[in-house]
Amino acid sequence: MIVPEFEYLSPQSVQEACALLIQYGANAKVLAGGSDLLVKMKDGLMKPAYLVSLKNLDSLKAIRYQKGAGVIIGARATHNEVMNNDILQAKYRSVCEAAHSMAADQIRNVGTIGGNLVNAVPSADLPPILIALDSQARIVGTSRERTIPLEDFFLGPGKTALESGEILAEIIIPDQSTTGSNYIKFGLRRAGALAVAGVASSITVSDGTCQDVRIVLGAVAPTPMRARQAEQVLRGKKISQELIDEAGRVAAVESKPINDIRGSIEYRRNLVNVLTKRSLKAAIEKGHV
Amino acid sequence: MVTAIKKGNLHVVRLVVNGEEHAALVKSNTTLLDLLREEFDYTGTKKGCELGDCGACTVLMDGKTVNSCLVLAVEANGHTVTTIEGLERNGELDRLQEEFINQAAVQCGYCSPGMILSAKALLVRNPHPSEREVREAIGGNLCRCTGYVRIVKAILAAAEANS
Repeated sequence: MIVPEFEYLSPQSVQEACALLIQYGANAKVLAGGSDLLVKMKDGLMKPAYLVSLKNLDSLKAIRYQKGAGVIIGARATHNEVMNNDILQAKYRSVCEAAHSMAADQIRNVGTIGGNLVNAVPSADLPPILIALDSQARIVGTSRERTIPLEDFFLGPGKTALESGEILAEIIIPDQSTTGSNYIKFGLRRAGALAVAGVASSITVSDGTCQDVRIVLGAVAPTPMRARQAEQVLRGKKISQELIDEAGRVAAVESKPINDIRGSIEYRRNLVNVLTKRSLKAAIEKGHV
Repeated sequence: MVTAIKKGNLHVVRLVVNGEEHAALVKSNTTLLDLLREEFDYTGTKKGCELGDCGACTVLMDGKTVNSCLVLAVEANGHTVTTIEGLERNGELDRLQEEFINQAAVQCGYCSPGMILSAKALLVRNPHPSEREVREAIGGNLCRCTGYVRIVKAILAAAEANS
């Protein structure tokens, strides 16, 4: 299997990368880890004339904590770097766990968090937990920079809010009062399987009452989706098993799955029900974010 | 990271493979897998699915497992690569290789180089893994002969020898 020919470009700065993307427009693609792009090119699904490699942009690789902003993850951080990062392990272990649930070691060593988001695949594992944690996306272009809620980043399968010449630079997980969070995925195998459905939740509990909650469903809609009605079931209420069960049922109803090779609509709705309950229970009980 | 020098449509790449410095002229679309096999003759690195699913082409890049079929040769510039040929030291096999033989963990052998390199990366970062950790570490390496039982045994035996 041959990667179709292309011209390899390796800019030395984010600005230069953005300028190249403007210059070559639809003929150019960003190359980060390559674990998705090169497969698509080998399969003949994409034939970009130029690949703009982010390899030299070490500024996009750091994971750091900035007071007042939160944890900032460079888009080029690999899944294994996310999984093993001390700051994330201490503050948002659920993100590490979600990264760990993906693919296998070989892919996690090259695949990047930015790639996982920019591909905008409905079954992607990182968007649900990052949205549940209210993350923001910092987007850089040639003339401006903007930060948007990650929830608004996804427009459809393969479609994002990135405009021509823009690059996803960082993901910011803001400081928050969340007391627990969790991502749970159902795949057909433990390794190398895409999610048939995935559910992330983050919850703020005090004195047994749900102060705030976010539930995000993956692989059951064109984009990762907030289960807002299910959230409403819990918000402001005393937490009980009955309430969690009800949230699961409501999430299943509001999900919008399709039939495909990995599962049917009915099966996926059932999964959403079960996974939502499990995710909420874990977020409430496990005592870490 | 140093960018590969460009010469017309070709790139000069320099990398250390199994402790030796190598250089080559590669096309943009040459994979690390093809560079290793076709240019440097490290044919122990196997070509399987070529899509990052089977793990037969696994090598270590800066000590970490990668599917060499999904790494562009030009992006391997400046890195250190270990293939299965690099595990032997002064004519002596690595303990993992010994145990793969002792436990009869090799049948057709096609997955073995990648499998052993994934195991090597595991034992370097975690010298005493549990069976579950072993199974997880080889999650990206498919074997269609053995059913994995002997492979897992061999890796655990090699870990045992560490202590």
